[in-house]
Amino acid sequence: MARTVSHGTFVIERTYPAAPERIFAAFSDATKKRKWFAGGDGPDTESHTLDFRVGGIERTVRRMGDGTPFPGAALINESVYQDIQPGKRIVFAYTMSLNEYRISASLATVELLAEGQGTKMVFTDQGAYFEGSDGVERREHGWKTILQSLDQELAA
Amino acid sequence: MRGNTRHAGFATRAAQRGAAIDRIFHALGDPTRRAIVERLSERPLSVSQLALPLQMTLAAVVQHLEILERSGLVRTEKVGRVRTCRVESGGLSAAESWIRERRAMWERHFDRLGELLAEEEKGAKR
Repeated sequence: MARTVSHGTFVIERTYPAAPERIFAAFSDATKKRKWFAGGDGPDTESHTLDFRVGGIERTVRRMGDGTPFPGAALINESVYQDIQPGKRIVFAYTMSLNEYRISASLATVELLAEGQGTKMVFTDQGAYFEGSDGVERREHGWKTILQSLDQELAA
Repeated sequence: MRGNTRHAGFATRAAQRGAAIDRIFHALGDPTRRAIVERLSERPLSVSQLALPLQMTLAAVVQHLEILERSGLVRTEKVGRVRTCRVESGGLSAAESWIRERRAMWERHFDRLGELLAEEEKGAKR
């Protein structure tokens, strides 16, 4: 089946009452990163590994819960760090996959700008999403999953 | 509070979704209609193409399609003399919704980052 791709960029700005170094540490320290990024030790996070250096890889595996379109499926986030300027900037390329289906590949830029006592953080995400506006593959996969679980439900 | 607004929005969406889900379950509670959706999820088909392996009259297929259309699962469109049927994307698959979901994911992460920073701050002062 033909694969389509669409591109999207979004920017999130946050101001935190903390110095840029502390926010940078929340990205670079694996224990801290896990707390806010990988949902602590919650049941939905299966594993989180972080090798915070240029070329290093961060991998997060979550299990989709009941009530999601894909219960039990693995949602895998893999980042490769591209540029690290301590206290100032982090650039990483990341992919999102649902089981073996790759959903997207993005370039993310975190900029930390000291502002008075706090920090303005600018997060820019430039993504390539591997389902066009038609979304045939995802839709097909989604429907198959829904229909299969419905069949099991009805057979029980 | 931001969190409360978000919950209220979620409750409304959940209620709307509930009514829609009832219609979807009714529509899918029939093996013929499930077979129709399964085949359409692979590619759009005309009504007569759909009817071919089903061993039933066109009129019966059209009745099933009407129920599927009301549930929002299937969309049909008449071009000339041919009525084409396809599964409805339900907005889920639109590129915009991917980006919206992704932004929401990062917004949630950054909410938690803010909470973590606040906890650290409290811990340091203690």
